[in-house]
Amino acid sequence: MTVGRPFIEIKNLTKGYRRGGQWVPVLEHLQLNVAAGDFLALMGPSGSGKSTLLNLIAGIDRPDEGSILINGEDIVTLSETALAQWRAEHVGFIFQFYNLIPVLSAFENVALPLELFDLSREERKARVIHALETVGLQDRMDHRPNELSGGQQQRVAIARALITEPDLIVADEPTGDLDRQSAEDILGMLKRLNQDLGKTILMVTHDPKAASHARAILHLEKGQLEQENVNPSSTGLGGAPC
Amino acid sequence: MLMGRLLLRNIFRHPGRTFLTFLGLLIATLAFGLLSTVVTAWYAGAENASPSRLITRNAISLVFPLPIAQSERIRQVDGVKRVSWVTWFGGIYQEPRNFFPQFAVDPESYLAAYPEYLVSDDVRAAFFRDRRAALVGRKIANQFGFKPGDLLTLKGQVFPGNWEFIIAGIYDGRDLGTDTAQMFLHWNYLNEEIKRRGLPRAGDTTGAFVVEVHDPFRGAEVGLQIDGLFRNSAHETLTETEQSFQLSFVAMTEAIVLAIQIVSYVVILIIMAVMANTMAMSARERTAEYATLKALGFSPGFVAGLVFGESLLLATLGGLAGLLLTFPVAALFGSALGTFFPVFQVAQATSLLQLVLAMLVGLVAALVPAIRSARIGIVSGLRTI
Repeated sequence: MTVGRPFIEIKNLTKGYRRGGQWVPVLEHLQLNVAAGDFLALMGPSGSGKSTLLNLIAGIDRPDEGSILINGEDIVTLSETALAQWRAEHVGFIFQFYNLIPVLSAFENVALPLELFDLSREERKARVIHALETVGLQDRMDHRPNELSGGQQQRVAIARALITEPDLIVADEPTGDLDRQSAEDILGMLKRLNQDLGKTILMVTHDPKAASHARAILHLEKGQLEQENVNPSSTGLGGAPC
Repeated sequence: MLMGRLLLRNIFRHPGRTFLTFLGLLIATLAFGLLSTVVTAWYAGAENASPSRLITRNAISLVFPLPIAQSERIRQVDGVKRVSWVTWFGGIYQEPRNFFPQFAVDPESYLAAYPEYLVSDDVRAAFFRDRRAALVGRKIANQFGFKPGDLLTLKGQVFPGNWEFIIAGIYDGRDLGTDTAQMFLHWNYLNEEIKRRGLPRAGDTTGAFVVEVHDPFRGAEVGLQIDGLFRNSAHETLTETEQSFQLSFVAMTEAIVLAIQIVSYVVILIIMAVMANTMAMSARERTAEYATLKALGFSPGFVAGLVFGESLLLATLGGLAGLLLTFPVAALFGSALGTFFPVFQVAQATSLLQLVLAMLVGLVAALVPAIRSARIGIVSGLRTI
């Protein structure tokens, strides 16, 4: 159980889609608490609602019902503008297909989120270099995405996710497009971010091996949390989901 | 800074497509500029007319002459500063395609009434001295290679026979809008020859009077007084401002001018559709990128700004290139047309309109793609490949 107030507190969360005139529920009255500094893997079959849950927590989708409190702030009640600002300050995104801007270099891609912050040119540059050093790509900063391998592109995406020093990192199938070795590198990197920097990480994955790097695994089935496994091999710093 | 780079690099993401769109904008802007210049050239006579000059002609039709004796009575009208007269000569130089207008005028009073024709004192004296002398404009002098002292033979159409003139000199225009594609000859010489040759045209008549008034604001009143003098006479007059007189010629071909104007705007509409298609394609291809930007916290307005910025930049570059190219192409076009348009200059207003329309094309073309991109749902946008 989480001691004190959970970092993520989800109450009665419901989300559905209208298909062919019918409302199809994806998540129904879901409850979930996540402690700060946790590393959770969300697993489940296709259509189980894991990506939907991740999107709702990341503030890029809206629920039909319920509340999502992140660090005490109910993001469901925020306006679009306020939600965008909140995402910029608190969430780092890692996508399956990296979603880098192809016309920008690795350096510029990482620097992109900083455009929303009032920083000096020097500070901006220092932060980007530091982020690229963290992911081991300081010698590739002038390369464009098409000049990098899949694993390197995902590392750039991780650096971009880190650059604003967010509390929460959401990763949707971060290794889904990578070979085994690159996937291991990325997962190791996420683990270090969790352990060394204390970032709270939520990761959606189909791959049990990838999920094994998380401190806990949540199984979603038909919009409900079915099972929760605490990974004994993980040494996460945060509290357990409750 | 980074956003500016993103904008520039997006433009050159598909160089072939960008080049073709740029070329389309260039050609459309150029075509618009040339067609507008043709329209402007059509109105050049009216545009450059002086408000202090009235034209008095036969009330029935311009083709019927007026007795020269009327000039004395017109001169007596209160507000009249100067009276001159002008007769259309209508001769052919060598062959019909070498057209340029020739007018028989009263040299002293005519040049005094038209100070925009710049004539040196020597040339002026030479022109006044010899009744067979002719004064030619710079444009036709350049076109046909006329030099002072040349003997010029015209084949008369209105006044049959061969007519010989000695070129006294060349006049220039005070500004770019001044018509320098005319030739002036002595009305006295024409009048004497009409009588001597026994031509079927009444002597001592003129096609029209040029009446200079002291106060342009009293032009209408003076005109009415002049026409009142000859009411119920055998030669009733119709007096109007020089601008109205010139516009009456334009009115004869107004349908053509209107058609040219419509075509010039249709060209802009076509390129607007092409540009809108380009921007729609670009925006559709970048759906996932725009969704990513929004996920990172960038506002819908920022995304719309990227689409608008790219479109506006491309349209402005194409428009500027078209605008700059209009000047040399118009010069070539003008020289190829010879004296068909006495004045063929790209007006400042045309250049401004070219640039404004090019930018408008950019903005309008980006409108729908920008709104769509701004409204992209992040989740659905991220799924787009």
